Amino acid sequence: MQQTVIAEGAEFRGILERLASEVVEKSPSGLPPLALVGIRTRGVPLAKRLAALIEPKLGARPSIGTLDITLYRDDLIAVASQPIVRSTDIPFAVGNSSIVLVDDVLFTGRTVRAAITALVDFGRPRKIELLVMVDRGWRELPIHADYVGTRLRTSREQTVQVLVEEEDGRDAILLVA
Amino acid sequence: MTLASHHLLDIESLSPAEIELVLETSTSFKEVGERAIKKVPALRGKTVINLFFEPSTRTRVSFEIAAKRLSADSINVSSAGSSVVKGETLLDTVKNLEAMAPDVIVMRHPSSGAPHFVARRVESAVVNAGDGMHEHPTQALLDAFTILEAKGRLSGLKVVIVGDLLHSRVFRSNARLLTKMGSSVTVTAPRTLLPPFVERLGVEVITAVNDAIVDADVVMMLRVQKERMEGAFFPSVREYFNLYALTVDRLKRAKQDVILMHPGPLNRGLEIESAVADGPYSLILDQVTNGVAVRMAILYLLAGAS
Repeated sequence: MQQTVIAEGAEFRGILERLASEVVEKSPSGLPPLALVGIRTRGVPLAKRLAALIEPKLGARPSIGTLDITLYRDDLIAVASQPIVRSTDIPFAVGNSSIVLVDDVLFTGRTVRAAITALVDFGRPRKIELLVMVDRGWRELPIHADYVGTRLRTSREQTVQVLVEEEDGRDAILLVA
Repeated sequence: MTLASHHLLDIESLSPAEIELVLETSTSFKEVGERAIKKVPALRGKTVINLFFEPSTRTRVSFEIAAKRLSADSINVSSAGSSVVKGETLLDTVKNLEAMAPDVIVMRHPSSGAPHFVARRVESAVVNAGDGMHEHPTQALLDAFTILEAKGRLSGLKVVIVGDLLHSRVFRSNARLLTKMGSSVTVTAPRTLLPPFVERLGVEVITAVNDAIVDADVVMMLRVQKERMEGAFFPSVREYFNLYALTVDRLKRAKQDVILMHPGPLNRGLEIESAVADGPYSLILDQVTNGVAVRMAILYLLAGAS
């Protein structure tokens, strides 16, 4: 198995810093209130980190939520084993808010579709945007990201892994062939 | 971790890890029930048949709500309005239903073992919603979930089960589950309502309630099943109440943070005093709420992977 490091450590954190600035640029202070919702699993620590970076820039702390999309998958029947359902926690009023969905890798777009469906079950946000660390292409649905850490040209068989310190002990983007 | 079997027929055949899987999954489904829109698309396009050969309100409604919250289509069939009254056999009824391709058959039957008999002969997943005096596995799982929520653990607890043990499938499932998960189970009942060889379930028998209940973490009352009593199991309602009912005074012998449970329906003034049933230690209605979450988890785990 061949593993290529695309970014790690300070470079990885630099990407997060830039993404936080981009979100703030497009979210002038005031209404609607900004919220970051991380898609389980890696989207959650990324959303928390971004919120911490955004707070001093915006002068206000964005709300943070956690979304588990297992129950919204459209491929449940095709999955051989019983997928574990984890909790969803949206502790703020979704209606009228401006939500940035945060995920590690954008691939076919099916996870994001499920996340949007799950999110609108909680209310009607004013706006939903998508932030990803890596866009690796191979979309199967008409979905694009508003904020992209890095774009990678990949083959279908390759795997992209985003590692975060909170879960994996280090920050890195890896391309595994 | 997955469930080894395509069916949920009893607690006896579940491993502790499988029980933990169901309980963990139930936590997520409880959150769904607390949302403004209590519905997720996980089982869209799946069909659940609730086949009830015995009267039931809460279990049937609980399964129906669970299926609907998962976006499955659920259909209720009761023996009173079905071809069973015209003399059709159980197997023919089930085979005909299966020809309409349901994904899950939830079945309650007055005969012990009926869901096992059916499960061996159909492709659909079968869930035992209570079979005779044998088992009621989903009730035991929702009871365990309720205890876990209140106490944070299942192991090392003293659980006292009081009442009509002889006729109770709830007792049998709970005794199996709780001992499997490391609780100690003490049972108490009139000798006439003790099943023969009850100790084989790994429980301790103490016939005086006042002794059994001392230092209990959980007191689980059972309904006196008048409909199954053909003989004289106890002399009078008043005597049963005096000797075995859970009263405010009796409950004081348990631990200060004791929780009280009852699978319902309640016979107020027979096995339980109203002041206890409606009192601060009672989790009876929490059990009902949790029942939906646990049944969602079971339907999801069985139908989701088929």
